[in-house]
Amino acid sequence: MVNLTINNTPVAVPEGTTILDAAASAGIEIPSLCYLKDINEISACRVCCVEVEGEGKLVPSCNNVVREGMVIHTNSPRVREARRTNVELILSQHDNKCATCVRSGTCQLQKVATDLGVLTIPYPADLAQGKKTNWTTTFPLYRDVNKCIKCMRCVQVCDKVQSLSVWDVSGSGSRTTIDVSGHRFIKEADCSLCGQCITHCPTGALRERDDTARAFAALADPHKVTVVQIAPAVRAAWGEAFGQQTGSATIGQLITALRKMGAEYVFDTTFSADLTIMEEGTELLHRLQAGDLTELPMFTSCCPGWVRFLKSQYPELTGRLSTSKSPQQMFGAVCKTWLAERLSLAPEQIFSISIMPCVAKKAECELPGMQSTDAGPDVDLVLTTREFARLVRAEHIDISTLPESEPDSPLGPGSGAGVIFGATGGVMEAALRSAYFLAAGRNPAADAFHEVRGTFAYRGWREACFDLNGTPVRCAVANGLANARHLIEALLRGDVHYEFVEVMACPGGCAGGGGQPIDGSDREKAVDRGDVLYQLDACADIRFSHENPAVQALYRESLGTPCSEQAEHLLHCDHFAWEMPHNRS
Amino acid sequence: MSRLSIETPGHAQTVVEGLYRDVERRISASPPGLCPVDMALSFLRLCHAQTCGKCVPCRIGLGQLTSLLEQVLDSTAEPETIDLIEKTARVILDTADCAIGYEAARMVLQGVQGFRDDYLSHVESGRCLFGLNQPVPCVALCPAGVDIPGYIALVRAGRYDDAVRLIRKDNPFPTVCGYVCEHPCEARCRRRMVDDAVNICGIKRFACDHATNTTPPPCAPATGKRIAIIGGGPCGLSAAYFLALMGHSVDVYDQRPQLGGMLRYGIPDYRLPVDRLDADINFILSTGITVHTNTAIGRDIPFTEIENQYDAVYIAIGAHNDKKLGIDGESSPGVYSAVQLLRDIGEGRIPDFQNKRVCVIGGGNVSMDATRTAIRLGAQHVTCVYRRRVTDMTALAEEIEDAQSEGCQILPLQAPDHIETDENGRVTALWTRPQIISEYGADGRPRPKDAQQPRFRIPCDIVIVAIGQAIDAKPFEQVTPVVRGKIQAESDAFVPNTPHVFAGGDAVTGPATVIRAVAAGKVAAANIDQHLGFHHVITADVEIPPAHLTNSPACGRVELRNRPLAECIDNFDLVKCGMSEEEAQQETSRCLRCDHFGYGIFKGGRTSKW
Repeated sequence: MVNLTINNTPVAVPEGTTILDAAASAGIEIPSLCYLKDINEISACRVCCVEVEGEGKLVPSCNNVVREGMVIHTNSPRVREARRTNVELILSQHDNKCATCVRSGTCQLQKVATDLGVLTIPYPADLAQGKKTNWTTTFPLYRDVNKCIKCMRCVQVCDKVQSLSVWDVSGSGSRTTIDVSGHRFIKEADCSLCGQCITHCPTGALRERDDTARAFAALADPHKVTVVQIAPAVRAAWGEAFGQQTGSATIGQLITALRKMGAEYVFDTTFSADLTIMEEGTELLHRLQAGDLTELPMFTSCCPGWVRFLKSQYPELTGRLSTSKSPQQMFGAVCKTWLAERLSLAPEQIFSISIMPCVAKKAECELPGMQSTDAGPDVDLVLTTREFARLVRAEHIDISTLPESEPDSPLGPGSGAGVIFGATGGVMEAALRSAYFLAAGRNPAADAFHEVRGTFAYRGWREACFDLNGTPVRCAVANGLANARHLIEALLRGDVHYEFVEVMACPGGCAGGGGQPIDGSDREKAVDRGDVLYQLDACADIRFSHENPAVQALYRESLGTPCSEQAEHLLHCDHFAWEMPHNRS
Repeated sequence: MSRLSIETPGHAQTVVEGLYRDVERRISASPPGLCPVDMALSFLRLCHAQTCGKCVPCRIGLGQLTSLLEQVLDSTAEPETIDLIEKTARVILDTADCAIGYEAARMVLQGVQGFRDDYLSHVESGRCLFGLNQPVPCVALCPAGVDIPGYIALVRAGRYDDAVRLIRKDNPFPTVCGYVCEHPCEARCRRRMVDDAVNICGIKRFACDHATNTTPPPCAPATGKRIAIIGGGPCGLSAAYFLALMGHSVDVYDQRPQLGGMLRYGIPDYRLPVDRLDADINFILSTGITVHTNTAIGRDIPFTEIENQYDAVYIAIGAHNDKKLGIDGESSPGVYSAVQLLRDIGEGRIPDFQNKRVCVIGGGNVSMDATRTAIRLGAQHVTCVYRRRVTDMTALAEEIEDAQSEGCQILPLQAPDHIETDENGRVTALWTRPQIISEYGADGRPRPKDAQQPRFRIPCDIVIVAIGQAIDAKPFEQVTPVVRGKIQAESDAFVPNTPHVFAGGDAVTGPATVIRAVAAGKVAAANIDQHLGFHHVITADVEIPPAHLTNSPACGRVELRNRPLAECIDNFDLVKCGMSEEEAQQETSRCLRCDHFGYGIFKGGRTSKW
């Protein structure tokens, strides 16, 4: 243990502890801005500087470790002056129009500045102009150069967590900024659209393309019937946007909120998650039996960020993806065909909206092959959880008093297996539950495959081997694209072999999705949200996708059996129908 | 009121003079990769501040150029702006009255023409084409990418073995480099912004002189692949070391009786003692490399045989042939090539220069080696003859100083004309044509031209020609293209149109430095490994001490001392003394730890494996 004094308080911490963490352990908060534990410890903003007796200069506390006998002052006049001045300098190059910023209230710069009581900025505003402010308005990821404070977190998250290095520092000198790496434009880059740069941005410099206006327009359009689907992971997180505890706002309340806004039909994507399991589970068994998985596994395909990653980084492995559409797209396809028929609507009358914890879903719905009818895309509009929260705010709906309501029928019910799609390992577990049934003709214990749960991963992925009625199936689960890359490299080297691999682009799966609420605390919430989903599964009436009555009805009335010709037509896609840029220089 | 008074600089002027010196040092410490347009603008502002204000082009024109360059950088300019900048600069160059104006305009003009694509990129897309790839300046400038802040921190902590282990991750010749590296790493050392560059090379020598570890890291499991290295100099042995660590079976062939190449047969012992060279070589060989000395490929074994027997071949034959002056009398007895002379001494054939008058021709490091060697061989006096001025000599300033202090006279601005001989054909004098220094050539150096004066006679008994080395690529001409005396290999060391032949070092680049040769060997090792279908990783696994929070105040740079002149001019014993422990402590504490402070930490501070 190292003994030191912080603000006259004796502190003892293990060797190697940073000054910032040592202070926190004594209940002393040192403000910081660029710091992101284990990911960005570069002391760029200099907001966390403290005074260490005997040292010539102020010392950044985020990346310097304590030494025996240190005497530290975190709020001395010198520190106060420096902290305030550096925040004022950052503000002089920041577009301070907080009233028109999506991150107002969760912005870390705003918090640091208001905490300090900065009322005026003594420096002239110095914002980028001209072509430096250009950014595409159509790409699902939006960057506002004048809100960027060059903390470099996005660069590090994309490098270290996602191994894509889409962002980099650009230029030098006073005009140094963050830009797409390799002098590319974002549309030409191999961005997976995971959105982790957004959720790790301290300010409003990065956000999703805002589609709320289109949502309101559709809800108000008398010629459109709005059909909304809600992804599993949204229910665990959406209340956070209103300051509620993770998981305390329910899907039932969410449905009520949507109805209040004027949504005609509200469904749960859990239904189509169950449908995905029927198709993907059947596909797995077929491919197993056909000997297709002896060398390389079948990959899940429900995460569009992962699909984008695979197609840009390992295009030669595209054929290893399950051809089953994602739950969002299966829902869209069923919605504009079977549901339209049941509701006696023409597909063009339906405006299909999905609420997703995800930014990549905005690109997925626009892909070729995601139109089952001639009436435009199966999913017309994707809103992130954050955008949905903005709709609720705009409508001034008080969520604390919202009653619960049930999803509409006939696509209403979903199983617990569908709900856990929102957590890493969930798709795998759900698929195994039904694959076991399909292979053995009887259900396994619902929690028989719990080994694939959780975010902890030795080597970057979790693995398990399950016996499906005499056939061993070796499974692996990875979350985070750097982990996925390690897994693929190991597969290609022949170090490991699996039959079935689930990958989710975001750490923790959709629960930690790039479209989920941001509270400005830097606390990773994916595990807590995942736990909410597992609890919902544990107390669900139906825990197996194949027992979902709506799914059974769909097969009975329309599709026949999983992977039938009709199911192939409606519920599967051609991953070769489009290409990702893979032009890394 | 006095008629005249003594001008004394005021306080402000004294401070500004100090700032000028600070800026000079600061510019010389510019990290590589800065935006050239931004730098051009900054220089332009400085130039404009120097304007007296009399003339229009300078007073107004430089200011307008400043605004236009700012528009380019702010990406509010149009493509036509670049043309306007060019035109304006041209007119200022043409019409400014004094150098303050026209030299400023020339700098802008050179930039607009020299990095126009970057101007265009700023205007068209608001982007700069440049960037800081390796943010630690010393590491960026070390060809082998040695983790310099890392080993300096280790030396500071007294962990000499770890320091040397860390250096060997990228450079298996730490000792040799501690003695004779040209230390490009020091050129842009950030400490220059404070006072002066850290004596990195001296610290490395201190680490090697105090380290005790002689065991290399374990080799990777044997791959069964066989690799032939042709040439046992720093390049070939570096490649051999890394390839052996990667688990390959390595055979090194060298035409001379001992390994080391130019390190043994080119660099005199007083700069690099043989036992220090052997320390590095023995360490390298202890990885299990097989050595075939006295074996010249092409003479003793046909190259095709090597090519067929091995899974990969690396040609690292260096540049061991001399260049000729092509003047009368050059083939007379008493005329030596410096390369030959130094090689003879390396092989134990020591000529007798007692009471001889020696002329050395050339201004490079080899010329200084020949000069100082001649002094040690007992020469009565040694004159170094050079076509240009002393400041134009390419030898390290330190070497020139040492040669001069040891008694050599440098005779600049003399071009060799012919060598005079007596009736027995023995050298009696070197005749030269006096030169004057003249205009700058395309290489950025002032050229000598004939002074139109009578030829000059320098009486002497020995002439040593040190005007450069050539490559003996004859045995390889059949299989690899040789253009202007250099073997043609790609930047990854691969020789095009061959199955598995790689080449590097002086044989490819022309005569260069030890550290460049080491870097070439490292590059070749990585690419040969990959070519053979592997991806072995070289790492050091040394934990680097955390940076001290406060850097030391401005402090002089420790320079290595020479032994007293009288002790060293009649023998080949080492001239330079290493740092004392106290000096090493002080010098290591001057390192600003650019791996931790500034941009270094952003990308993790270091490349811990390759």
